[in-house]
Amino acid sequence: MDLAAVLTFEILNGVATLVLISVGLAIIFGMMRVINLAHGEFLMLGGYAAIVATNHGVNIWVAMLLVAPLVVGVIGVIAERLIIRVLYGRMIDTLLATWGLSLFFIGIVTTIFGNTVAGIGAPLGSLGVGRYTISLYRLVLIGIAAAILAVIFVALRRTRLGLIARGTMENPNMAAALGVSPPRVYATTFGVGAALTGLAGGLLAPISGVLPTVGAAYVAKAFITVISGGTAILAGTAAASSLFGSINQLLTYFTTPVIGEAGLLAAAILLLRALPHGITGKLFRGSL
Amino acid sequence: MSGRRWWKGSILTTAAMVLIALGVPQVVDQFGLLQLTVFAAMCILALSLGFVWGYGGILCFGQSAFFGLGAYTYAVTAINLGESTVATLLALVVPAVFAALLGYFMFYGRLSDVYLGVITLSVTLIFFNLMNSTAGDAYRVGKARLNGFNGMPSLPTLNVPGDPGRLLDPAETFYLVMACLVIVYVGLHVLLASHFGRVVVAIRENEARCELLGYDVRLHKLLVFTIGGGIAGLAGCLFANWGAFVSPNVFSLTMTSQIIIWVIVGGLGTLLGPIIGCLIMQYLATALGTQQLANTSLVFGVIFLAFVLLVPRGIVPSLRRLALRA
Repeated sequence: MDLAAVLTFEILNGVATLVLISVGLAIIFGMMRVINLAHGEFLMLGGYAAIVATNHGVNIWVAMLLVAPLVVGVIGVIAERLIIRVLYGRMIDTLLATWGLSLFFIGIVTTIFGNTVAGIGAPLGSLGVGRYTISLYRLVLIGIAAAILAVIFVALRRTRLGLIARGTMENPNMAAALGVSPPRVYATTFGVGAALTGLAGGLLAPISGVLPTVGAAYVAKAFITVISGGTAILAGTAAASSLFGSINQLLTYFTTPVIGEAGLLAAAILLLRALPHGITGKLFRGSL
Repeated sequence: MSGRRWWKGSILTTAAMVLIALGVPQVVDQFGLLQLTVFAAMCILALSLGFVWGYGGILCFGQSAFFGLGAYTYAVTAINLGESTVATLLALVVPAVFAALLGYFMFYGRLSDVYLGVITLSVTLIFFNLMNSTAGDAYRVGKARLNGFNGMPSLPTLNVPGDPGRLLDPAETFYLVMACLVIVYVGLHVLLASHFGRVVVAIRENEARCELLGYDVRLHKLLVFTIGGGIAGLAGCLFANWGAFVSPNVFSLTMTSQIIIWVIVGGLGTLLGPIIGCLIMQYLATALGTQQLANTSLVFGVIFLAFVLLVPRGIVPSLRRLALRA
């Protein structure tokens, strides 16, 4: 019974981590069709922002939940204005340019902070479940991941801003004719995606620590999740995260983390062979 | 590009490479020779991506997966057999087979360009994470310990086939690597001039039209991908040999982005471009590494961005256009 509870917790935790690291990418890719290869570095920057802020005496929750998304959101908007803007519609060039950006960020952070692991202690303690203990902070992460998905859903479905964003992605010319400025919508969307990524980076910093090249550890999983999710941003990300998170955690629990990682990838490749347009290309069509 | 000029250019390049191969060991010292050996091995890697991406139009961001797989295959086999001939062959075959397998899922799943790029990149990074976590005695293949992030040191280097006691000296290794480079370069040229090569380029230009003309697009792409994987594996084998060492860094993001940068800087759709790009960037990386002026990633990132935004064609095609206009 205890084991089942802990295992469920582990699985939920794996799913939540995947949701966190991929939701910003899903917004940027799903809405703008821009593949941001600097995604991992946005996570890394979020982590550093949270750590630096905490070390300067800012409350850890403020650092993770406010400073990290703000810093990375601003960086995202600047990157969009300077680089991505000129490459809209040229998907492969955007991909390459953001790759250059990713190297640039790695280089600059290495120059400033050095090639060492930085970290902060996870807040909150742990909770006893029978013979086992689980980290309370990880439990909070699960809640935050669920909350993020809910907020995005409401924002896209129910608010005027969400309607404008969806409309612009659907048909920029028509939106422009109706008085919306597509460039501004693009910049905002990219900024929001980057901010969410920064938030994830900040939240994961206490768990995994940060170093300049930490992005590589996340980016593959994030891309796999988003691509396997398919066209619907939220339903896709949630479905793919649940599937891969469970596979990864179960395999990790019963074998080793290495096999867990490999299993995740193998599952993704098999899934894309069967459903080339991702999960939401076939199931839950028309959802958000 | 007219056929005659194409051949003339490639014959000139081949002649230049042969001259370098024969002349260089007479003039440079041991250190320079070792440096040039690794440059040449990397040129082979650059050629593999130049072929797959520049001609096949396959956005492969994970060429280093095959490179690394070649390096590790060589390492494991050479340690187990104490002899390099079989190891070298396997270092070609294993990556090619893996490329075929991966390619089957991607091309027969009809994944689009961008997905292909992301999947290949992810595969590389997963390899990187996998190999990094193979530290400890539990992870061994026969006599070979994988050693995780510490890498596998003191590998047996190349020996004369059939005579494991007779190892190649640095000059001989250099000749061998240059010979491989020339063979790969000429081989790819001949392949591209063949019927198969023309279909491959046609698919790059217009996939739907080729399909309607009755060519099996998926099969052609799969073959290109497999050949590219094999060549990258060869490069990996030569690289592992050069330092008698292999570590998970062969799969790293830095490695895989370098290959992309070589091809972007040199120019897509040429075979000379990737070689030139590789030489320039390798020289730069070595210079930056020794002088510690600026972080290599930083400089490479800026160069990468600059080329994508300002010189998207790359050096060789841009120069060619200038020459044609003059």
